Amino acid sequence: MITLDINGQKVQTDAEPDTPLLWVLRDHLGMTGSKFGCGKALCGACTVHIDGNATRSCVLPVSAVASSKITTIEAVGESKVGKAVQDAWIAEDVPQCGYCQSGQIMSATALLATNKKPTDADIDAAMSGNVCRCATYVRIRAAIKRAAGSLTT
Amino acid sequence: MSAIEQDAAVHATRRDVLKGGAVLTVAMWLPAAGAQANATDATKAGTFVPNAFVRIDQDSTVTVLSKHVEMGQGAYTGLATIVAEELDADWNQIRVEGAPADAKLYNNLAFGPFQGTGGSTAIANSYEQLKKAGATARAMLVTAAANRWSVPASEITIASGVVQHKSGKSARFGELVADAAKLPVPTEVKPKDPSAYNRIGKSAPRVDSKAKSTGKATFTQDFKLPGMLTAVVAHAPRFGGKVKSFDASKAKEIKGVKAVVAFETPARAGVAVVATDFWAAKKGRDALTVEWDESNAFKQSTDEMLKEYRELSQQPGDIAKQEGDVEKAFASAARTFEATYEFPYLAHAAMEPMNCVVQLGQGSCEVWNGEQFQTADQMNIAKLLGIAPKDVKINQLYAGGSFGRRANPLSDYLVETVAIAKAMGTTDPVKLVWTREDDMQAGYYRPMYVHWLKAGVDAQGKIVAWQHRIVGQSITRGTFFDNKSKIDFTSVEGAQNLPYHIPNLQVELHTTEPKVPVLWWRSVGSTHTAFSTECFLDDIARATRQDPYALRRSLLEKHPRHLAVLDLVAEKSGWKKKRAADEIYGLALHESFNSVVGQVAKLKKTPNGPKLVSVVCAVDCGIAVNPNIIAMQMESGIGYGLSAALMGAVTLKEGRVEQSNFDDYPVLRINEMPAVETHIVPSKSKPTGVGEPGTPVIAPALANALAQIDGKPTRSLPLAGQGVKLA
Repeated sequence: MITLDINGQKVQTDAEPDTPLLWVLRDHLGMTGSKFGCGKALCGACTVHIDGNATRSCVLPVSAVASSKITTIEAVGESKVGKAVQDAWIAEDVPQCGYCQSGQIMSATALLATNKKPTDADIDAAMSGNVCRCATYVRIRAAIKRAAGSLTT
Repeated sequence: MSAIEQDAAVHATRRDVLKGGAVLTVAMWLPAAGAQANATDATKAGTFVPNAFVRIDQDSTVTVLSKHVEMGQGAYTGLATIVAEELDADWNQIRVEGAPADAKLYNNLAFGPFQGTGGSTAIANSYEQLKKAGATARAMLVTAAANRWSVPASEITIASGVVQHKSGKSARFGELVADAAKLPVPTEVKPKDPSAYNRIGKSAPRVDSKAKSTGKATFTQDFKLPGMLTAVVAHAPRFGGKVKSFDASKAKEIKGVKAVVAFETPARAGVAVVATDFWAAKKGRDALTVEWDESNAFKQSTDEMLKEYRELSQQPGDIAKQEGDVEKAFASAARTFEATYEFPYLAHAAMEPMNCVVQLGQGSCEVWNGEQFQTADQMNIAKLLGIAPKDVKINQLYAGGSFGRRANPLSDYLVETVAIAKAMGTTDPVKLVWTREDDMQAGYYRPMYVHWLKAGVDAQGKIVAWQHRIVGQSITRGTFFDNKSKIDFTSVEGAQNLPYHIPNLQVELHTTEPKVPVLWWRSVGSTHTAFSTECFLDDIARATRQDPYALRRSLLEKHPRHLAVLDLVAEKSGWKKKRAADEIYGLALHESFNSVVGQVAKLKKTPNGPKLVSVVCAVDCGIAVNPNIIAMQMESGIGYGLSAALMGAVTLKEGRVEQSNFDDYPVLRINEMPAVETHIVPSKSKPTGVGEPGTPVIAPALANALAQIDGKPTRSLPLAGQGVKLA
C-alpha cells in the first residue's frame, strides 16, 4: 500500500510501485480528469501539480510521489489562481475537443502561480510542453492573459 | 459568462431519457421514414422512439439530441443554436446530448440512409431539419399556452424561454410541457425567416466549455463499467502481417493480466493482453513474444514508392476533367511552366489515442465510443458477431479529436475491440486502449501523393492552359463508398473543380494501390490539391510579374463567392497597402465542403529566419450560425494544416512505420502558432461546412510567402524536410 496526498486528502492505493501516477489516478482512484496522450511526457495531457510544479504524471512512478502534495484538475479550481484560469478558459471558449485542456489548465495555473504577468515568451516557455491538436493556442494565450488580468485587479 | 454544462449526461441512454415524467418529445419524421409523428406516444417509455431532436423537461430544460459527434468542431453548440433560435429559448436552458445510433432516425441527410459525421456536414445537413424540429416544439408550446389562456395563438410570443401574452400571462416552457405533450404534432410549421433571427449570427458560448475546463467531460478513455477489463495490443508491425504464434507465458505472470488472445480483423491482426487495468495490460503486452507471418505483408519503403509515383506522374493518367485541348494550347503558348509537388503520408494523431468500450450480450453488443460513423460501425460489428446491425447499441461519448480518423469504413478499432471480447468469450465489458505508438503505427493515413502540373500563358501573361496530374491512393476504393469508377473524387477534389477560368483544362489521375491503409484527413483531397494549385498559380504570377491577388481576381469572374472572399481577405490583410521591407505576405484561396476560404499569411523576417506572425482568414460558409464556432474552426484548421505543412510526415522503411510518438512525429506547439483573425462574408445562403475548409489554405499561403523571400518555391512537404524552419 502506498499512501498519497492528493488534493489535500490522504488516499491509499495498492497499485504496483512502478505504475505511473497517471494510471493510479485514472484506473485505481477513478480520477479521470488527467488524460493519457503519449505516455512519454511529450504532450502534457497528463499534467498535474507535484508540490505546486507542473509535472507529467504519465512517466512518474507512483512510488516517487508518496511524500509529495499532488493536485489534479479535479481540485485545481479550489485555488484562487486555478479558479481564475478555469473561468478564463470558459470565458474565452478555449476547449474544442477538450482532451488536452486539463493538462493545459494545470500548466497555465502553475505558470500564473509564480508569474503574475507572463509575457508571450513566458507563456511559450511554460506552455510549449502541452500539445493541442485542435490548435486552440490562440485562445489559450488569450485565456492566460485574461486570468492574469483578473488576478491583478 | 455562463456556459451551459454538458458533462456526464452522455451516460444517459435513450431509454433513460424516455423514462422521466411528463416530457415533451418532438417527433420529427422525415418523409423517407413514411410514418406519422406522434408526440404522445413518444412520451410512453419504450413504446415508440420517434425521430426526436428536441426534448423539454418540466424544469424547462431544453435538450437537443445531436445526431453528430462532438469531436471539437463545435457541432453540439452549433446544432443547439439552431434549435434555440426557433424556440426563442434562453441559452442557459439548453443542453445537448448525443443521440443513439439509429440511421432511420438520425441519418446524415448529406450521406443518405447512413448516420455519421464528416465532410463538414453537421450544420449544413441539420439546418432545415433542426429549424423544423425547433419550430414544431415552439408551435406546440404556443398552442398549449393559447388553449390554457383562451387566447389566439397568434397573440402569443416567446422571448428568452418565456411564453407570454399581452394580457400579462406568461409561462416557462416546463409549465406547458404536460399540455403540449398531449397535442397532435402539427404537420406544417413555419420556421423563422432568417430576417427574424436573433440568435443565429451571434456568438453563443460553447455548451461544453465548462465540462472540458474542469476535467468532467467524459471521453471514451474515461468511461468505466463495473468489472471492466482493459486490453492493450501488439499489432502486426507491417501492414498485412498475421500472427504465426505467440508466447504469453511472461505476460501471464504479470499481476492483473486475465487473458491473452490473438485476433484478426479486416483491418489488421494482433495479440491482445487483457487485464484489470491499463498498466498491467501494457506490461503484459510488452512482455509478449509474437512471431509474425509476414509472407503477405507490405514491405516497401516510402522512398521507393515516391520514385514510382514520380515516374507515373510523367505518364498520362485517367481523365478526371477535360475542357478544351491542353496540348494544342501548350503548343501555341508564349511560355509554359511545369512543377512537381510531393506530399507525405500524414497521421491524424488526435489527442485521444483510439479506444473503445464494448460489452457483448446474447445476440447483442453495446458500444461506448466517440462515435463518428454509427451505421458503418453497427454493420461491421454485426457482421463479425453474426447479429443484426440494430442489435449493436452505440452510446455517444465526447471524442478527443478525430480529424477523419474515427470515420473508418472498416470500423477498425471498434471491430478490434469486439474481436478481442469475442476471442475471450466474455460478457465482461472490455476497453481497448491504444498507446500513442499503436495509434500512430496502425495506418489509416492521409495518402502520399505526387502532383505534376503544367501551364501555358500567352504573350500577355494570361493563362491559356492548365494540366494537372495526381498520383496516389484512393481513399474510397474497395470500401462501400467506392463509386466503381476510375476517378475517386476525393483524390481530385479541389483540382477537378478549379474555380479559375482557364479555357483549356485537363486533370488526370493515377490511382496507386500499395497496401498502406489510408483514410480521409481533415479536408481530404484539398489537403494536397489546394497546395499544388495555389502554389503553382503563384509561381506563374511571379514568373509573369503579376500580383497574386490581381491574377486570381482576373480568373474568377464566374465565381462571385470566391471573389467576395478574396476581396475580403485582401482588404482585411491590407494586401494593397505598402509593406515594410521585412514584411512578406502570402495569399491562398480554396473552396472545400462548399465553403470558400481565403488566407493571407504574414511573415516577418528576423535574424533567426522568417516568423509567421499572423494569418488573416476570410470565409464564406453561408449563414453564419455561430460566428464564434466558425472563428474557432478557422483557427483550428489553420493550426492543424500548419502543423502538417511544417513538420508532418509518416514514412515507411521496408514496410515499417518509422514514426511512433510526438518526438518523431512532431506537431504544432503554442510557440509556433500565429495570431489568427477571422472575417466572415455576410450571406443569406444556407450554411455550409466549417470544420475542414480552414485547413488546406494555410500551407499554400505560407509557401507563397516563403517563395517571395528567395524566389524558391516549395515543391515538397513538410517544410522541415526541405530544411525550412520558421523563427
